[in-house]
Amino acid sequence: MAHAAPLIAPRATLAAELKQLLGTDLLAHDFAADEDSITVDRTAIAGVMIALRDNLEYQQLMEIAGVDYPDRAERFEVVYHLLSVTKNHRLRVRVSTDEATPVPSIVPVWPVAGWLEREVFDMYGVLFAGNPDLRRILTDYGFQGHPQRKDFPLTGYIELRYSEEDKRVVYEPVKLAQDFRNFDFLSPWEGADYVLPGDEKAGGTGEAPGKGAPTPMTAKEVKSSDDKAKASPPPTPKTTDSPAQTGAGAKVNKAASKTSRDGAKSKAATKEAKTPATTKAEKAPAKPRAPRKPKTGGDA
Amino acid sequence: MTDTPTIRHHGGDMFEGYPVDTANTAGDLAVTNYTINFGPQHPAAHGVLRLVLELDGEIIERVDPHVGLLHRGTEKLIEYKTYLQALPYFDRLDYCSPLGMEHSYVLAIEKLLDLEVPARAQYLRTMFAELTRICNHMLNIGSHVMDVGAMTPNLWVFELREDCLNFFERASGARMHSAYFRPGGVHQDVPEKLLVDIGEWCETRLPKLFGDAMSLVIDNRIFKQRNVDIATVSKEDALAWGFSGPMIRGSGIAWDLRKSQPYDAYAAMEFDIPVGTRGDCYDRFMVRVEEVYQSAKIIKQCLRDMPTGPIASLDRKVVPPKRGEMKQSMESLIHHFKLYTEGFHVPAGEVYVATESPKGEFGVYLVSDGTNKPYRCKIRPTAFSHLQAMDMMSKGHMLADTTAIIGAIDVVFGECDR
Repeated sequence: MAHAAPLIAPRATLAAELKQLLGTDLLAHDFAADEDSITVDRTAIAGVMIALRDNLEYQQLMEIAGVDYPDRAERFEVVYHLLSVTKNHRLRVRVSTDEATPVPSIVPVWPVAGWLEREVFDMYGVLFAGNPDLRRILTDYGFQGHPQRKDFPLTGYIELRYSEEDKRVVYEPVKLAQDFRNFDFLSPWEGADYVLPGDEKAGGTGEAPGKGAPTPMTAKEVKSSDDKAKASPPPTPKTTDSPAQTGAGAKVNKAASKTSRDGAKSKAATKEAKTPATTKAEKAPAKPRAPRKPKTGGDA
Repeated sequence: MTDTPTIRHHGGDMFEGYPVDTANTAGDLAVTNYTINFGPQHPAAHGVLRLVLELDGEIIERVDPHVGLLHRGTEKLIEYKTYLQALPYFDRLDYCSPLGMEHSYVLAIEKLLDLEVPARAQYLRTMFAELTRICNHMLNIGSHVMDVGAMTPNLWVFELREDCLNFFERASGARMHSAYFRPGGVHQDVPEKLLVDIGEWCETRLPKLFGDAMSLVIDNRIFKQRNVDIATVSKEDALAWGFSGPMIRGSGIAWDLRKSQPYDAYAAMEFDIPVGTRGDCYDRFMVRVEEVYQSAKIIKQCLRDMPTGPIASLDRKVVPPKRGEMKQSMESLIHHFKLYTEGFHVPAGEVYVATESPKGEFGVYLVSDGTNKPYRCKIRPTAFSHLQAMDMMSKGHMLADTTAIIGAIDVVFGECDR
């Protein structure tokens, strides 16, 4: 046992049962982080839910969550979380949709879906065909827009206050004394898509632009990398065995001690001090830093 | 019934707008339904709940709960915060059981990180989660009995709630918004004396004071008249309406996530799950009363078995180092700086983690895109599905029963509206 989160025993035969029960309505089934999730055909969702409830004993619908992925063709995901109290198992069912296409309502299957669908409608604008009461639920009376969409600003568009002159609450466009500050805390050396001040001249290092700081290693990964390090011994250190290999010696000393007519040291000695790499660097013009690839997804 | 126009009356006194008889037959009273507002400012609404009640005389025909008056956009705010910065928002959801809310969230993060939590941290979290349950039930039991007319028990159990809050303060520094559970463990270790005091309190003060208060209520004739057979919910309905916690147990289904899907140290705990037999408000109340004793039992086991050791994971890429270390080690200083500015990154993926909060199944559906902020954090409140069933539960009951039904739901709007 690694983490302390609720333990749920996997249902061994679930994959086969789902495939047999749902047939072509089942688009994908994956098992990640000890949780089963399936993607199903949007048009078939009501039938799928009845089948899951009656044949696979998922008696309870605990939650319907909307998720917004603006980059996708069908930007919204509607995620249902089912619970079986007899089999002690949870199942996540996903369908995807866009702003215009309604998802069939599952209120006839579970009455609890009524408010949960209303919430997804309120927050994302996903329509549910067949929901008898698809009103807004959490936002204000007369609210416009769908606040959980990724393109809806955190501050919103309107604010309200009590007006002393009008003796009532008035709605006004949001006016902020200071813009909302959203700091980019990703490592500037690895994830930021701007050039650091004072870093403009730094040439391209040939490294691919980083996508952000590496995610912390899990205990398993740490162990496996430790094992890897143990397995291969470090390469033998490079040593210079004889003085000749260092480039030092009587011959060089002699050349260095030679003075030219104007009293300066031998030119050959100074020339040698420059390695080919430095010469190359001197010749190459300062290249501006390659533009970073814009980040996809996430906050913006 | 004649074609008397239905008088719909919004707001104001509930006895205003009583239908006027326009039919001329002597002795006949044309009774029409009328609509009244219950709340949003009503002491028995447990917050800002607005119920639009359609009444036939004093009988409830239809209930339309309007929620969202306390909506603060918590889920949207969390998307703009790092994982650690988002934690205090959970305290403010159900402000009567703050640690229960944090519990689901930290477990969800740990599950995505696959992070190991030291045993002492698990025991501390289990113990404080149970203390939170007692604290929550004290408030709910007290206000429930007050809603149906009793004053004294509320004052007594509030004493106990105050004790719990003092324990939280001694552990975390804050009475209510403790932010004590952290991804990887808890914020800081507790003093030895606190554990001793909690143990003593569970042995002496809690059973005595709580027992005294409950002896006034549970066999009381008036209390029973107001609660027995009110809002009876069958097992089938409880499942279909997504009930959880004391609501589903009151209906006779022995379902408790602490037993069936144990998290933290619950697998090692021994406790019973109380269930109701009739599924009415009285059963839900009694389930909570018994849960208080069971929680005390769990706390005592935690105190007995709690090992020594670290109180948070030693993975320095997630859990910040102690201040003392920072003054000695450059590495610690870097870790501290990085964790409190950039925060830790969570591998891409999604989890739904639900724990048995005092009010029922409190779930967090966390979608991560591999950065330092959650891509989506959906909070599954307990009260949302329970309140939705208000219409089903109160149909055919008297207006005065609404308060008992709301009291037995145990609704807190910080959590319901988010």
